[in-house]
Amino acid sequence: MSVRRLAEIQPESFAFTQDNLQWAEGQIAKYPEGRQASAVIPLLWKAQEQNGGWVPEPAIRAIAEMLAMPTIRVMEVATFYTMFNLSPVGEHFVQLCGTTPCALRGANALKDVCRKVIGEERHVTGDGKLSWLEVECLGACSNAPMVQVNYDYFEDLTPESFEALLGDLRAGKAVKTGSQTGRSCSAPSGGDTSLLDEALYDGSVVGAWRKRFDEQAAGDATESDSAAKPAQSARPEAKASKGKADADAKPADAKPADDRPSDRSRREGQPAWAGGKGGVADLPRPSKPSGEEA
Amino acid sequence: MTKIIVDGAEVDVPAEYTILQACEAAGAEIPRFCFHERLSIAGNCRMCLVEVKGGPPKPVASCAMGVRDLRPGPNGEPPVVMTRSPMVRRAREGVMEFLLINHPLDCPICDQGGECDLQDQAMAYGVSGTRFFENKRAVEDKYIGPLVKTTMTRCIHCTRCVRFVAEVAGAPEIGAIGRGEDMEITTYLESAMSSELQGNVIDLCPVGALTSKPYAFKARPWELSKTESIDVMDALGSAIRVDARGREVMRILPRVNEDVNEEWISDKTRFVWDGLRAQRLDRPYVRENGRLRAASWGEALTLVATRIKTADKTRVGAIVGDLAAVEEMFALKDLLARLGVTNVDARQDGSALDPALGRASYLFNATIAGIDEADAILLIGTNPRLEAPVLNARIRKRWRRGSLRVGLVGERADLTYGAEHIGAGADSLTELVEGKHSFAKALDGAAKPLIIVGAGALARSDGAAVLAAAAKLAAGPGVADGWNGLSVLHSAASRVGALDLGLVPGQGGLTAREMAEAGALDVALLLGADEIDVAPGAFVVYVGAHGDRGAHRADVVLPGAAYVEKTGLYVNTEGRVQLANRATFPPGEGREDWAILRALSEQVGVTLPYDTLAQLRAALFQAYPHMAAVGEIAAGDPADLGRLGAGAGSLSSDAFRNAVTDFYLTNPIARASAIMAEMSALRRGALAEAAE
Repeated sequence: MSVRRLAEIQPESFAFTQDNLQWAEGQIAKYPEGRQASAVIPLLWKAQEQNGGWVPEPAIRAIAEMLAMPTIRVMEVATFYTMFNLSPVGEHFVQLCGTTPCALRGANALKDVCRKVIGEERHVTGDGKLSWLEVECLGACSNAPMVQVNYDYFEDLTPESFEALLGDLRAGKAVKTGSQTGRSCSAPSGGDTSLLDEALYDGSVVGAWRKRFDEQAAGDATESDSAAKPAQSARPEAKASKGKADADAKPADAKPADDRPSDRSRREGQPAWAGGKGGVADLPRPSKPSGEEA
Repeated sequence: MTKIIVDGAEVDVPAEYTILQACEAAGAEIPRFCFHERLSIAGNCRMCLVEVKGGPPKPVASCAMGVRDLRPGPNGEPPVVMTRSPMVRRAREGVMEFLLINHPLDCPICDQGGECDLQDQAMAYGVSGTRFFENKRAVEDKYIGPLVKTTMTRCIHCTRCVRFVAEVAGAPEIGAIGRGEDMEITTYLESAMSSELQGNVIDLCPVGALTSKPYAFKARPWELSKTESIDVMDALGSAIRVDARGREVMRILPRVNEDVNEEWISDKTRFVWDGLRAQRLDRPYVRENGRLRAASWGEALTLVATRIKTADKTRVGAIVGDLAAVEEMFALKDLLARLGVTNVDARQDGSALDPALGRASYLFNATIAGIDEADAILLIGTNPRLEAPVLNARIRKRWRRGSLRVGLVGERADLTYGAEHIGAGADSLTELVEGKHSFAKALDGAAKPLIIVGAGALARSDGAAVLAAAAKLAAGPGVADGWNGLSVLHSAASRVGALDLGLVPGQGGLTAREMAEAGALDVALLLGADEIDVAPGAFVVYVGAHGDRGAHRADVVLPGAAYVEKTGLYVNTEGRVQLANRATFPPGEGREDWAILRALSEQVGVTLPYDTLAQLRAALFQAYPHMAAVGEIAAGDPADLGRLGAGAGSLSSDAFRNAVTDFYLTNPIARASAIMAEMSALRRGALAEAAE
């Protein structure tokens, strides 16, 4: 990030189109009397949309007047949020994710492509078609590296496919959004590795989970001293404070959804999940039982 | 009340206190930058961190955490706050280190040096070294007007200025643009601020980011002699401190006076000091062949005395100006009484106020602090934003608290709070008195209605009727015992003092306006009266400090002292007697005004019986005992208000005109000030732009 300033060259005036004005009035009407200023972000966003992807200075004044708020307050909002562009952008505005997962998966090479094809950051090409900006994580890390162009994500890019994409955009050709390698959503890139059993999908195992609980309930009824334990297992803190022995005494039936590392690492006979779930299992255990503080 | 242990000592504080307030109540000092008693809490500087038991297990910002948010101990012990523990010390050192990372260490060339919060607190709570060797952040300076100089690299983003202009001044023009490291304080596109209170951001700024532009690089705080005094730019009598070096006033700062100005002063008060050096009358002048010629005191006084002695006493008169202190007015009254002159008036504007109607008829009876309690406010023919900006801020403060209706009869104006415009002329006043307007209900239902009558509303032919109508409105059916809501907002610092002394025409005497007419007088004595044009014909003697309208008209000029150059009593609009001290001496051969009158009295053969100011004061206090109670208000008798209606005449339908149209040029000192002239031009330009 760097200091963001309003563009040097600004249009004379700004006015919402009739449609946008109606839409804006609808947004303003969402808020109670005297709280119209709450609509400042939607209005700025609409102004940016209407003005070809950036917020001009007259729009800031116009919105301040519409919402009866001091101009500087609208200015504060417009300069605070980096998704408001304060200077012109290309028709296809490329927001390139440069955060760690994308960087590890080759975002830096994509930046070189941008520099080659478009030029420096914030520079709009002579034909007005393209400009680019490095942004923070856009939340598509599993499909890294990725860029956002206007409202669409383009994922699983390589320098070659990205360059071709930019060429297509510039030429006005139809482009494929989402993953460029053809995977569906965030499915594993090399094909599915789990949940492969066809029986999972034919309905034959519906209700099978209930059987395990029935068996457990039958088993518990025979052990008189374990009556209080289900309640305790629902409160991991209480369990942690009671120490390891108590936890070990639990049957190996803790909820699979409960992925607290302290529970999982102690579960007998379970394969290590660490590989499948990222580094979560390596997190340190809570060092201090929380009951002690109070 | 809640018990809390601060540094081992148990204190009992109200539950709504913040930890910072509780610590102060316990006598513990908490450093702070963003916190300010009169502004909302921001909690963004982190300097006020303390350690608590019964709260979060980390240092907490004491300014933003309430005492009631702390838990008692396991056995019901009070929560514990530690302000000197190792954790707190390390936290403060850390915060200070962060603040100094991007703060230029340019104290030797910074105007704030020597009176800088950051400098002081870095010495007290900081560490001596830095671990930061990268480049510091640099920020472009911003233009925010001709009064406030910015050095934005020094800014630590406490946002006090942002909160002040939004909350107190009511002109939200400063904001913080950008975010994080790139946050910058600025006005919208670096336009000039428009508030009349903007100079206060200079005092609020804890670092040298916002400093006084006219004072820039002029002096250092430790080489200035500081004199506590009273302001005369408006009728509030704000408490000020005059900082002078040698004979020159270098700057004027506010002092705290909760009853009057809290800790704010207007820009005119703060920046008028350059007018104390310009256009000064530094020696007597005598007009010869149409031109003023420098003369000696002896020559000038002899000439004046001859003229007075030979004149018919019914054709001698005196007009008292807006900046006169009580002492010289008393001496003048004494002198005129001994001469048998009854033509004397302090009401240059032709105001209908008359001391014969009782003191309650011309005071701001509700008192300035009383504004905080008012539950309905009606402004009649006044724009307090221009006539008394600090008082306007007080009304705004009350309005922000809610459940207050403010009505305005007179010229439409942006008062910084939502005032309902009821009407332009006295017709609306009649409607209110007769209960026809919806606002009349608000006044009727109010226990503490406040009716503020501007000087402009009284300076009309029907001024007495306006005052009577206002008195009726103030005496609504629901008024609480002991509350007198009729409040006259004067525009001149000398006016209440003059009315207290009875400086109005005696039996058969002429008013100021009558005296100024052609052929009315042979000899006119102007005691700093510059707001009135004396018609040609009279021999005019001007006693005053500045070469303004009065001196231009004068045949003899006797150089007096400006308000910082004499000790004098001033009575503010609420009737509070206050003492202004001398900070410097008058330039050249200028003398204190009372001494000039004393010398003149000897020449005309009716020597005033006091040779020193102390003797004069003794005589003054004997004649007017309430003047001796400095700082106090001798309240007017509310019973007097009942008599106001009699013989007041009827209201005319003319629209009200405010007493002040150009805030920056209301008196001779301000008119001599280049800073005020620049501000006035800027304001006129802005108005012209807005009118387009």
